[in-house]
Amino acid sequence: MNLLTPLARFLIFPGLLFAVPAAWFVLWLERKTVALLQRRIGPPFGQPFFDFVKLLGKTTPPRPGLEGMLMRAWPLIAVSAAAGAVGLLPVFPSRGGFQGDMILLLALMEIPAICLIVAGFTSGSLFGEIGSAREAVLLVSYNVVFLLAALSIASTQHTFRLEAIVAGPATPWRWLGVIAILICLPAKLHVNPFSLPNAEQEIYAGPMTEYAGFELAMWQLSHGLEWIAGVGLVVTLAIPPSPDAWLTVAELLFLGFAVVLLLSLVAAATARLAIDTTVRFYWRCALVFIVAALSSAILVRWRS
Amino acid sequence: MSWWNRLLCLCRRRSPWIFHMNAGSCNGCDIELVAALTPRYDAEQVGVLLQGSPRHADIVCVTGPVTRTAAPAIRRVFDQVCRPKAVVAIGSCPATTNVFINSRTLEGPLEKHIPVDVFVPGCPPRPDAIIRGIAAAAGLLASRSRESAPPLASESAVQKEAAE
Repeated sequence: MNLLTPLARFLIFPGLLFAVPAAWFVLWLERKTVALLQRRIGPPFGQPFFDFVKLLGKTTPPRPGLEGMLMRAWPLIAVSAAAGAVGLLPVFPSRGGFQGDMILLLALMEIPAICLIVAGFTSGSLFGEIGSAREAVLLVSYNVVFLLAALSIASTQHTFRLEAIVAGPATPWRWLGVIAILICLPAKLHVNPFSLPNAEQEIYAGPMTEYAGFELAMWQLSHGLEWIAGVGLVVTLAIPPSPDAWLTVAELLFLGFAVVLLLSLVAAATARLAIDTTVRFYWRCALVFIVAALSSAILVRWRS
Repeated sequence: MSWWNRLLCLCRRRSPWIFHMNAGSCNGCDIELVAALTPRYDAEQVGVLLQGSPRHADIVCVTGPVTRTAAPAIRRVFDQVCRPKAVVAIGSCPATTNVFINSRTLEGPLEKHIPVDVFVPGCPPRPDAIIRGIAAAAGLLASRSRESAPPLASESAVQKEAAE
C-alpha cells in the first residue's frame, strides 16, 4: 500500500472533498424531511451551507488565555477526528485498509462526542455543563451496545480489518449487528428521541451554548461529518460487495439516503426522552438483544 | 467587492438566526412570533431559526415595552450577541411603550437602551409582518458585507461609544 491511496481516501473520496458537501446535504435532508412531515415548506436547498458561511463571517467573543485556546481547539479536533473516520470507511473493498482499522474507526467516531463533553465544561456555562453531563451519560449508555455490535460483526469474520469484514458473506449475525448499530445511531447523532445533550429550548444549546462564529461553524461541520461516518458505517456493512466498484458506490449512496430518511422520520415522530428512560432503553432492551446476537455469533464461529 | 464578500452577503441574507427577548410583553407579540415559526407561516423557508443562546443569534427580536427589571437584561443580552447583529422591535410597545406610556414601572421605549434597526408596528403585528421585518434586518446585515454600505444602527452606536 503506497501513501497515495490513504491520502486520496482522506482528502477526496470518501474523505473531505466528498464528505463536506455530503454532510451539508444530509443536514439539509434531515431538516427538510422533518419540515415536510410537519406540513411545512422547510429550509431551501443548501441552507446548512449558508449557515456555515454566515457563521464563518461572524466574530467570536474575546476569550483570553487557556480557556480561549481550548474553546478554539475542541471543535477543530472534533472535525479532524470525524473527517478521519469518514476517510476510513471501506467504500472500495480491497483498496487500502490495514489490520485493525475498525478499532481506529470506532475510536475516531468517539472523539467528537468526547470533545463535546469537555467543550461544555470548558465553556463554563451552566447549560453547557448540564449538556455535557447528559452527553457523558448518553455516551456510556449507548456505547455498550454500539461496541458489542461492532464486536459481534467482527467476530463473524474473525478480523478487525474492515475490508475483510465487508468482503465476507452477509450472515444473519452480521445483520443483527448492523441493526444494533442503527439503533445506536439516533443517540450518537443527537436526534430525537435521544436529543438530550443539545436539547434545544430546554437547556438552550447544551454544550454549544457559549460557542459562536467560527467555532460554532466547526461544530456544525463535525456534526454533519458524524452523520456521514455513522450512516456510512451502517451502509458499508449492509451492502454486499459487487465486482463493479461504481455500482457499489451507487448502492451505498442510495441506501445512505434511505437511512437518513429513516432517522429523520424517527426524529419527527418522537418526542425527547428523559435521561433515565434513555439509559433504561439501551441497558435493558438493546443490551439483551445485542448480547444474544454476540453470543450466537461467537457460538456459530466456534462450531464452524 | 471580492467573491468572499459577495458570498457572505448572500449567506447573511439567507440565514438569519433570531433570539427572542421578552421585555415585559403582554404575550400577544410572543404568540404571533411563535405563529411565524409554526407550519402556517413557516419562517424556516427563508432560513430563520429560533436559537436558544444569544451567542448563536444574528438578530435580536424584542417584544414588550421594556420594564424596569428587563432593561439591564436587554443590554446584557445585546452585548452577548456577536457582531454583525441587528435588532428588530416587534409590536408597538418597544417602539412607543403603547398604552403603558407614563407607567412608573417602565423604562421604555427600547431605543433608550439598545439601537434598533427595524420596527414592526402593530398590536400585535401579523406573523407575515414579523417575517418581513426579520427579512429586512437580514438584508441590512447582508448590506454590511459591502464596504460602501452605511453602518448598522448597532455598529454606529458601538463606534460612538468607543470614540467617547
